[in-house]
Amino acid sequence: MLSTLWLIPALPLAGFVLLALFGRRLGHAGTTAVGVGSVGLAAAVALAAALAFILSPPSGWSHTLVLWRWFTVNGLQPDIALFYDPLAVVMTLVVTGVGFLIHVFSTGYMADDDGYSRYFAYMNLFVAMMLLLVLGRSLLLLYLGWEGVGLCSYLLIGFWYRDLANGRAARKAFIVTRVGDTALTIGLFLIFLNLGTLDIPALVGLATQQWAAGTGLAIGVAALLLGGAVGKSAQLPLQTWLPDAMAGPTPVSALIHAATMVTAGVYLIARLHGLFLLAPPVMTAVAIVGAATLLLAGFSAITQRDIKRVLAYSTISQIGYMFLALGVGAWSAAVFHLMTHAFFKSLLFLGAGAIMVCCHEERDLFRLGGLRTRLPVVFWTFLVASAALSGFPLVSAGFYSKGLILSSAFASTNPLAFWLWLAGLIGVLLTAIYTFRMVFLAFYGPGETEVEHRPGANLTVPLVILAVLACGGGFVETPFFVGGIHVFGDFLRHVLPAPAETHLADGTEAALEGLASAIVLLGIFVAWWWVLRGRRTKPSPITPLVGERVHAFWFGDWGLDTLYETLLVHPWATLAQVGRGDVVDLWPRAVAWTARALSLGLRKTQTGRVRWYAGGLAVGAAVALGVVLWL
Amino acid sequence: MIQLPLVQVLSLAGLLFVMGLIGLLVRRNALFMLISVEVMLNAAGLAFVAAGSRWQQADGQVMFLFILTVAAAEVAVGLALVLGLHRQLKTLDTDAADSLGG
Repeated sequence: MLSTLWLIPALPLAGFVLLALFGRRLGHAGTTAVGVGSVGLAAAVALAAALAFILSPPSGWSHTLVLWRWFTVNGLQPDIALFYDPLAVVMTLVVTGVGFLIHVFSTGYMADDDGYSRYFAYMNLFVAMMLLLVLGRSLLLLYLGWEGVGLCSYLLIGFWYRDLANGRAARKAFIVTRVGDTALTIGLFLIFLNLGTLDIPALVGLATQQWAAGTGLAIGVAALLLGGAVGKSAQLPLQTWLPDAMAGPTPVSALIHAATMVTAGVYLIARLHGLFLLAPPVMTAVAIVGAATLLLAGFSAITQRDIKRVLAYSTISQIGYMFLALGVGAWSAAVFHLMTHAFFKSLLFLGAGAIMVCCHEERDLFRLGGLRTRLPVVFWTFLVASAALSGFPLVSAGFYSKGLILSSAFASTNPLAFWLWLAGLIGVLLTAIYTFRMVFLAFYGPGETEVEHRPGANLTVPLVILAVLACGGGFVETPFFVGGIHVFGDFLRHVLPAPAETHLADGTEAALEGLASAIVLLGIFVAWWWVLRGRRTKPSPITPLVGERVHAFWFGDWGLDTLYETLLVHPWATLAQVGRGDVVDLWPRAVAWTARALSLGLRKTQTGRVRWYAGGLAVGAAVALGVVLWL
Repeated sequence: MIQLPLVQVLSLAGLLFVMGLIGLLVRRNALFMLISVEVMLNAAGLAFVAAGSRWQQADGQVMFLFILTVAAAEVAVGLALVLGLHRQLKTLDTDAADSLGG
């Protein structure tokens, strides 16, 4: 079964090629069959491969499928090779599974769009590239997927390109992530220069042999890789592109900007954890970036009015949790949260998409309301996902994954462990407040929103399946008081080592989980008290505490956008404006002008009259004869 | 047999050629232009025959036969063009067919 591994990325790629070449001729039904079918088949193959892998694990818990040698240049001989290990199993299942559900949802969401086949072509290309990213054995192949998903993200954010603002948002996302990508590229160069290979298992092995822990080279490489991860995963200070990326169609936000692509940075760090273990300061930096991001984005999320922007900031914040876990060495906890987050966050986005379909594209929370009875399926699934996002005790997947991260942070040997844990705990409160503020505003309260039509089956079925996953997806890794299941961690243990923590006593762990649960309930209570008890005098529950100015500051993403605008974009634009009419341009312009003048002159001789041409022939013959005779 | 001096024959051929050329450049009617081209071709043929007789070679007359063949082919194509022109533009004025002008 593992020999058919290549089908997993190849199927969506074939779907993209078919749709790109024959998209118009396939028609609506054909496009749906190709676009959704290719990802569905890939999901089936991925599931079969995962079952085969789990039932009879290959030796060393990894399987390499070499397809062909990419190229040979001066010692660099990257293979197109797929690497299938427990981490890749989890990632392919998440990408194809969640991707397939979102494709199904898209058939309803995008049904009336002119660019139906273009949309599915981009989506298929995205899935193919994401699968290359998680399956590539060489860092170079990973980089191909990395840039490929960046391209698809650009194309899909600017999908409705007739609106200039969408094009701007797409460009911003592309350029900001490019800052991180540049760091990643330099990191790749450094690795190849010093280790002579980009094969991931080989380079990690070589690095642990040749580089002592904490040397400058190890720290530099790890820091550059972190730069790439920060850009792609929208962490501080490069997170500004993600809220704007909500300009794309909502299923795109669900797939790319919540469930899969933005977690590529988390995957990169987890995949190269061997390198990061050699650079303890960078590990601490990862944790601090995660903690700072989750707090900043949490505060921003509380102040937003647009339901999609709330979800965008919440995504940034949740990926902050994953970075926090990576930074304290709790690799499998980060991947666990990545998986559960993919379930519940895509569900939240799809729920928001369903609301927009049914309610005239309304995204403003303050104009929504009372949808609980009008869109019951959307309401219940959205509620399940919100519970998972805020980490509602015992019944939600988010409780287990976030709890694992918090206890790992608490138990970590990092000197900052307590502060990291505290930041995570404050984040839990913020998450609960902004999540249920959103739920109460959209679904409760005075119902003013007019429901245009009810969501069809292709909208609701993915919602229900994802809701089941958001609920049950957590029961693969539970603390001792809920059965002590460790299936997920044990499975990943073969590639991701256990965190170097002192094991927590049962009582401490229970106390930590209890504290987190109490804080979640407190957050829900605050949201309920503020929305439903008629205290909605200010736009957010914390505004009375901090004042309008701080609220506006948080609403504008802590002023980062303005800062970058004045510090980088504006001077650059001015410089470009100045450089437009410089002296150097005169030379190429003179060439162009001469060519145009000559062409204007010569064009006059082409009158189109046959007698004129005959005359020309006669004169030409006479001249030629004269030259022969007298010269 | 009267031996004509070569110069006289070549002058006649040149005169015919120039007349044909002038006719070609001056007339706008496609039929007359075709006739002018025929005159020019025959002027060239005359020059070949005269040259052949001057140097007592058969090549000149072979060349004339060749020119006759070319002229026949040229007229076939030319008349087809004239018909096409008439069908397209309802006129034989070649200046009207200038839509390829730059």
